[in-house]
Amino acid sequence: MNIVVCIKQVPDSAQIRVHPVTNTIMRQGVPTIINPYDLYSLEAALQLRDQVGGKVTVLTMGPPMAEDALRKAMGIGADKAVLLTDRFFAGSDTLATSYALSMAITKIAEDEPVDLVFCGKQTIDGDTAQVGPGIACRLGLNQLTYVSSIEALDAKAREITVQRRSEGGVQVLKTKLPCMVTMLEGSNTIRRGSMPNVLRAGREPIKTFNAAAAGIEDVTRCGLRGSPTVVKKVFAPKPRADKAKLIDTTNRPTSDIANDAVEAIFAAAPKLQTDLVGRAAQA
Amino acid sequence: MSDKAAPAAAAGGSRAGMKKELPERFRDYKHVWVLIEMERGVVHPVSWELLGEGRKLADKLGVELAGALLAGPGDASTKAIEEAFSYGADLVYLMEDPLLADYRNQPYAAAMTDLVNTFKPEILLMGATNLGRDLAGTVATTLATGLTADCTELAIDHEGSLAATRPTFGGTLLCTIHTLNFRPQMATIRPRVMAMPEAQEGRTGRVVRHSLVMAESDIITKILDFIPDANMDKAQLAYADIVVAGGMGLGRPENFKLVTDLAQVLGAEYGCSRPVVQKGWMPAERQIGQTGKTIRPRLYIAAGISGAIQHRVGVEGSDIVLAINTDPNATIFEFAHMGIVGDALQILPALTEAFRRRLAVNRLAG
Repeated sequence: MNIVVCIKQVPDSAQIRVHPVTNTIMRQGVPTIINPYDLYSLEAALQLRDQVGGKVTVLTMGPPMAEDALRKAMGIGADKAVLLTDRFFAGSDTLATSYALSMAITKIAEDEPVDLVFCGKQTIDGDTAQVGPGIACRLGLNQLTYVSSIEALDAKAREITVQRRSEGGVQVLKTKLPCMVTMLEGSNTIRRGSMPNVLRAGREPIKTFNAAAAGIEDVTRCGLRGSPTVVKKVFAPKPRADKAKLIDTTNRPTSDIANDAVEAIFAAAPKLQTDLVGRAAQA
Repeated sequence: MSDKAAPAAAAGGSRAGMKKELPERFRDYKHVWVLIEMERGVVHPVSWELLGEGRKLADKLGVELAGALLAGPGDASTKAIEEAFSYGADLVYLMEDPLLADYRNQPYAAAMTDLVNTFKPEILLMGATNLGRDLAGTVATTLATGLTADCTELAIDHEGSLAATRPTFGGTLLCTIHTLNFRPQMATIRPRVMAMPEAQEGRTGRVVRHSLVMAESDIITKILDFIPDANMDKAQLAYADIVVAGGMGLGRPENFKLVTDLAQVLGAEYGCSRPVVQKGWMPAERQIGQTGKTIRPRLYIAAGISGAIQHRVGVEGSDIVLAINTDPNATIFEFAHMGIVGDALQILPALTEAFRRRLAVNRLAG
């Protein structure tokens, strides 16, 4: 089984701050992590490899420093890593990103056909969930998003059966390889890297593709130029004109504060009070 | 939506694509469309919310509002079409086929792509549900057009193009994204972000039928089974009347009992902020905010939640927000209506008691 897992290096969003005056992101010193959603897909890929054999290649598109994320993934257990990096990719939206990644996957498949592509459900910085479906569409892979469990993989028949989360329940789907899978959060627990893997991850050379090496001839399909969406404005949200009315808490017992809060709520929403009292009376 | 374009475009500014120069082949793309998302005979309410919003966009542009309904044959689509008219649609494009009875990416994407290529809408909106996101990502790729995910605000700018605003960078900033030179301009919007429009009984419109050219043997993915959710808890949070939520300020997972206690007295749903889910203290379906559920309750009580933008956008539709936080400078006080500066661990039980007493007293008096 030849499996490619697409990952993304993202800033640890919990630690991003906005400059109070210029309204720009202050990235300096913000640590980067592998997009947490990608780890569920990486683990699922590693489990399938352990089960039926084969190899797992992690692929990322990003600046040269994204190599760190690839090495982390190899430390966890991925066999190989490919870094797709080129200044032509700067400013890619999801359409341009899925184009570049699908070209790189096609290149990887020249050595050996790719059976499965895993992507994160979405990233924590972009939150779009669009790159996985974009890759599947471009490569003609059967698409399985929001997978909560992989029930069976029949390598001989080249069939995979999964449970997929839909709005009102779970679909049990069976499809043919090759396919693209995104895993739901909580669907597994990422393994700890073994010592040999961690050591190997530090040493092993990482394959680097620029646009040309990925087989991209027309770089206008990449980066800002290849992106149909245009970000026209970035801004911090306006604070509401009137801030929260604070309940007086100075030297008062908690019960008085709570009573004041209840009064304030019911004064602002008398209908809510009526409804709640009605409900309480029925109970 | 671009993951990386935001800082570059914001800082850099000038490039050819920043200007609107719509190619000739897109000039006859007109009208606003909303996907009417029907799964197993039930329309997701986000479709009606989007018709309400789409109506405003269509009126601003002076064009028609259409629903696009992909469905299996049956009575459900007749009722869905009537409802679509009542929520503001002027017409409904209907593709009815047994292959569309259940959602699968391949037939849905083929159907939607064909519908767009045939009837050429300028704007196409879908709910940011699992179905909508799975489908939109594919359709935007087949159409090679721009798609903006999880928008919180839609508007038409002075050039008549769709200005789609969404939180970015984990919800620290908002950005406004345009698809200037490709059509349709696509966007997904999360359930409950837009208000539910009033239904206008008796409002009617046209139905345009279109057929799917596909056979079951063309479709590679097969549905073996469907297991409906036993409890509908997850849906209830988004549509709850009252919601009580806790954040990292509660300190320990055990303390969330204070949240559920208050929720129980109020007959409310309970939830939490994103870091709480990341810590594994509560399941993901309880998360409120940009990447979790968007709520529009009549009363929202947020305890120990700092109020990052990604949380704010998920609760902004609430009628009343009461925030409890030890930090008087917490951003949540900037958008809450009422605030208590104090320790949620003490305030929550006091609130539970106060509500319990108040409701009991009124019950005796009433």
